[in-house]
Amino acid sequence: MALQVEDLRVHYRTMRGDVRALDGVSFGLEDGEIMGLAGESGCGKTTLGKSLIRLDGRMRHVGGTAVLDGEELPINDDKAMNARRFNDVSIIPQYSMSAMNPTRKIGKLTADLLRAKGKSYREVKPELVRRLELVGLSEKVLDNYPIELSGGMKQRMVMVLSTLLDPSLLIADEVTSALDVSNQKAVAETLVRFRDLGFVKSMIVVTHDLSLVYQIADTIMIMYAGQVVEKAPADTIIKSPSHPYTQALIGALPEVGLEYGDKRLKSIPGKPPQLLNPPTGCRFRARCPLAHDRCAEEPPAVQIADDHVASCWKVES
Amino acid sequence: MLELENVWKSYRVGSLGSKRLTAVRDVSFTIAPGEVLSVVGESGSGKTTIGKMVLQLISVSKGTIRLNGQDITAARHAQRKEYYRRVQGVFQDPFSSYNPIFKADRVLETVRESFFPGTSRSEWGDKVERTLLSVGLDPTAVRGKYPHQLSGGQLQRMLIARALLLDIEVLVADEIISMLDASTRIDVLNLLGDLKERGLGVLFVTHDLSLANYISERVIIMRHGAVVEMGATGKVFGDPRHPYSRNLLASVPQLHRKWADAPDELEELEPDGDRELAPPALTQVDEDHWAAAGS
Ligand SMILES: Nc1ncnc2c1ncn2[C@@H]1O[C@H](COP(=O)(O)OP(=O)(O)OP(=O)(O)O)[C@@H](O)[C@H]1O
Ligand SMILES: Nc1ncnc2c1ncn2[C@@H]1O[C@H](COP(=O)(O)OP(=O)(O)OP(=O)(O)O)[C@@H](O)[C@H]1O
Ligand code: SF4
Ligand SMILES: [Mg+2]
Ligand SMILES: [Mg+2]
Repeated sequence: MALQVEDLRVHYRTMRGDVRALDGVSFGLEDGEIMGLAGESGCGKTTLGKSLIRLDGRMRHVGGTAVLDGEELPINDDKAMNARRFNDVSIIPQYSMSAMNPTRKIGKLTADLLRAKGKSYREVKPELVRRLELVGLSEKVLDNYPIELSGGMKQRMVMVLSTLLDPSLLIADEVTSALDVSNQKAVAETLVRFRDLGFVKSMIVVTHDLSLVYQIADTIMIMYAGQVVEKAPADTIIKSPSHPYTQALIGALPEVGLEYGDKRLKSIPGKPPQLLNPPTGCRFRARCPLAHDRCAEEPPAVQIADDHVASCWKVES
Repeated sequence: MLELENVWKSYRVGSLGSKRLTAVRDVSFTIAPGEVLSVVGESGSGKTTIGKMVLQLISVSKGTIRLNGQDITAARHAQRKEYYRRVQGVFQDPFSSYNPIFKADRVLETVRESFFPGTSRSEWGDKVERTLLSVGLDPTAVRGKYPHQLSGGQLQRMLIARALLLDIEVLVADEIISMLDASTRIDVLNLLGDLKERGLGVLFVTHDLSLANYISERVIIMRHGAVVEMGATGKVFGDPRHPYSRNLLASVPQLHRKWADAPDELEELEPDGDRELAPPALTQVDEDHWAAAGS
C-alpha cells in the first residue's frame, strides 16, 4: 500500500472558530493506483492535497495519520515535511499555471527549484530534456518565459517539473480544468504514462470533470463536507454508485450530443452544511431523498465489496 | 446587442516588444440580448483576448466593437464607468482577479459605493444576500472571509455574484465554471439561463463542449486566432464541417466511452501559418452555420 490515511482531521483556524475542512478522512491508495478525487466545491479536496504536502499557516492538524510507503508523514512538522516534498510527495496545485513567475525564464525557474532541493541543474538536465521531449516539448522551452507557452504546454511543463525527482505520490489539483479538450486529453494521458514509466508510483487526481477522470483513474473517491462518502473502482462510481450523494452528482452531468432545448438539468437542491459547526449525523441528510431518522447518527463506512466503501445507513454490505 | 466587426489583436512580445504575436484575427460576431454565445477552441486560440477586448481591458488593434450601435473602442475614459455598469466580466483564475486584502463584504460594498451610492445599506444587504444565494453560496459562510479562506469554486461564485449585482446587459464569462462540481455547475448555468430569459447577453468562453451544448444557442469554434466554424449549437456540434471541429468533438471525454477502448482517429490539420494574413473566409454551409474554407 503506497498511502494509508486514517481518520485525518485538519482544521482552519478562524476568528469564529475552527473550520473543519477534513473531519475524519480515511482511505488507502495502492502502489500504482490513480485515484480520482471529486466532490462538491468546498468539500475539502484541496485541503486534503495540501495536508499531504504542506500545511499553510492557518491549517491545524488536529488528528489522524497519513503513512506513505510505511513511514508516517510528519504533517505537523514543516521542516521534516520539506525534506519529503518533491522527493517523496509532490503536488501540482490548483491554478499552478498562473502561479509561474512570469518574469523568469523557465530554465531559470527550474534551476531555482532544484537548488532549493540541493540538486544540481546541470546533473538533472539530461533527464529533464528527455522528459520534456516525452511530453512533446523541446529543450527550447527552457529559454521561454511562461507567458510564451500555451496553457497546455505550461501544464505539461509543470507536470514534468513536479515529477522530476520521481516522487512516490503525486497530487494533481484541477490540472486539466483550464485546458481545451485535446490538451486535456494529452495531459490526462501523460499522467498515466508517468505512472507507467515509474516517474510516480501513485496519484491523486483532484477534478470536477468526472467524465475526464473516468478515462484514466483506477478508482474514484467522492468527498462531501469534509468527509469521504464513497470510494470504489472508477466503473462502479460512474455506473453503479451506492451513496445517494454520488448518485446525485453523476446525475447532474450534461453530455454533448444531447438536445436540451428548454429542458433544464437538475442540480442537487440545497447547500452543503457549513464546516464551522457541522451538524451531527450524516452531513448529506438535509439534501438526501432517502434520509430517515437513523441518519441523525453518524453513518457507518459500509464495505460493499473488497474495493468499495460507502458511508450511508441505506447501503448494504 | 454586442457586435464585433473584423476585430484583430496583436501583442508585442519578447524583450522590448521586439516581436509581434497576432492573437485574434478578423473575428466578427454578434450577441443579441437574451443570447448565450459559446466560444470554444484550443488553448491559445485567442478566446480570453476577445473577452478582454470586449471588457476594454486591452485595446483593439484593428476593427470595431459596438454596444447597441455605439463604438466602444472610441469611448473616452469618462464613459468607462457607464460601460462597466452594462458590461462585466468574470475570469478563469479567481485568485488573481481578486484583491487579496479585502474581505468579501468589503468587495461587495465597493460595488454599491461606486455604482449605487443612492441605495441604502440595508436594501443593498438584501440584494447581496439574494445574489449570493442565487450562485449557491451561503451568505453567512462567505461574507466575513478573505479570498484565501474560500475554496476555488466558492471564490469563483463570489466573483459571479459581484458581476451580477450590477444590472448588466452583457456578461463575459471566461471559463467560470470549470472549477465547480457538476451539481453547482448546473445551478450556475441555470442561473445564467434565468438571466438570459430576462435579456442578458453572455459571451461564454469554455473548453467544456457539453456545457456549451447545454447553455448556448450559438457557438464559435476558434483556432490560431481565427474562427473556423460558427453557427447554431445543434448544427455545429451535430454536423461539424471543419476538421478541427471534428477533432475537438472526438476528444470530448464521455461516460459511455473510454479513450483506451477505441482510439479515435484524428484528422490532419493545417499547421499554423502567417498570422498577419487574413484567415480563410467563412462560407455558409447551412442555415445559421458557417465554416472556414479547408473543410
Ligand atoms: N484559510 C482558510 N480559512 C478558513 N476556511 C478555509 C480556508 N481555506 C479553505 N477554507 C474552507 O475549507 C473548506 C474546504 O476548502 P478546499 O479549498 O479544500 O475545498 P475544495 O474541495 O478544494 O473546493 P473547490 O472544488 O472549490 O476547489 C471550504 O469550505 C473553505 O471555505
Ligand atoms: N499579455 C500578453 N502578451 C503577449 N502575448 C499574450 C498576452 N496574452 C496572451 N498572449 C498570447 O496570445 C495568444 C492568445 O491567448 P489567449 O489567452 O487569448 O488564448 P485562450 O484561447 O484564452 O487560451 P486558453 O484556452 O489557454 O485560456 C496566446 O498565444 C498567448 O500566449
Ligand atoms: S446516511 Fe441517510 S441521509 Fe446520509 S446519505 Fe445515507 S440515507 Fe442519505
Ligand atoms: Mg480546490
Ligand atoms: Mg483563456
